Amino acid sequence: MTKFLAAAALVLFASLACAGKMDPPATEAALDARLKGLETELRCLVCQNQTLADSNADLADDLRREVRALAVAGKSDDEIRSYLVARYGDFVLYDPPVKPLTWLLWFGPFALLIGGAAVWWVVLQRRSKMLPKSEPAAEAQSRGRALLDEEED
Amino acid sequence: MKTFRWSIPLAVFIVLLAFLWVGLGRDPREVPSPLIGKSAPAFRLAKLHAPGETLSNTDLKGRVWLLNVWASWCVSCRVEHPLLVELAKSNIVPVYGLDYKDDPEAGRGWLAKNGDPYTASIVDRDGRVGIDYGVYGVPESFLIDKSGVIRYKQIGPITSEALQEKILPLVRELQR
Repeated sequence: MTKFLAAAALVLFASLACAGKMDPPATEAALDARLKGLETELRCLVCQNQTLADSNADLADDLRREVRALAVAGKSDDEIRSYLVARYGDFVLYDPPVKPLTWLLWFGPFALLIGGAAVWWVVLQRRSKMLPKSEPAAEAQSRGRALLDEEED
Repeated sequence: MKTFRWSIPLAVFIVLLAFLWVGLGRDPREVPSPLIGKSAPAFRLAKLHAPGETLSNTDLKGRVWLLNVWASWCVSCRVEHPLLVELAKSNIVPVYGLDYKDDPEAGRGWLAKNGDPYTASIVDRDGRVGIDYGVYGVPESFLIDKSGVIRYKQIGPITSEALQEKILPLVRELQR
């Protein structure tokens, strides 16, 4: 359990660390790297299972150009993301935000897991009730001894 | 207790069935637009047939209008085009065209050949206005009300079904 918690904490902090880095791009290379990162979390609307970074679609070209222009104008990653969400909806994000509409998406698997665990628990309880109650050990031993004694006679 | 035992898997199955059934009828390419119920993004663009003049969304305040995004290179625009020509003839609602990422010369030629249903067409050469409108698959159409709010978006060609059952009733309601 502690191992699991430690792992969960690591994952959480790793994602926080990523979210935190948002320095203004110093060089062209840094800007390229930042845009590359941003584009891999954005969906191309035309070819829906590709990221903006991977897609060759015309619209993806335009959106990459737009994203670059916004970045050059000094917008933060979050501002660029909300620019696209305002136009295309949460669907452009590969990492959809947690809100009432996406609760099922985010928490559904955990609900299923808990439901499954509950069913498993109930089944185990029932099974253990079905097992015959074992006799007290002392009584069983004396009975066994008695049986053995009988045979010896 | 006996009935309870099999009713749980049955309920799970029915829920799953309902989800799958709804999923069957949905087009994954149709992404719901976040712009519905919001003000139409501002634009001021040159007219296709009068490059010296511009048209802005604010020029159309006070009336219900349909913005149809089209292009001469767009194949499925041909599918909906006769319907738009017919709609324009009926004079129910003015249709404005946004010639999206198109060569104006090719756009004018296309309209000359296929008929021009548009009260006016404007040219979005680099697709910037298209991005503001969340356009990702031409043709797309937006129904905009008197106060400039987007009330409906059609992704892909307008079908006569969509026109009769959704667009025209909404136009009548909004024109009141």
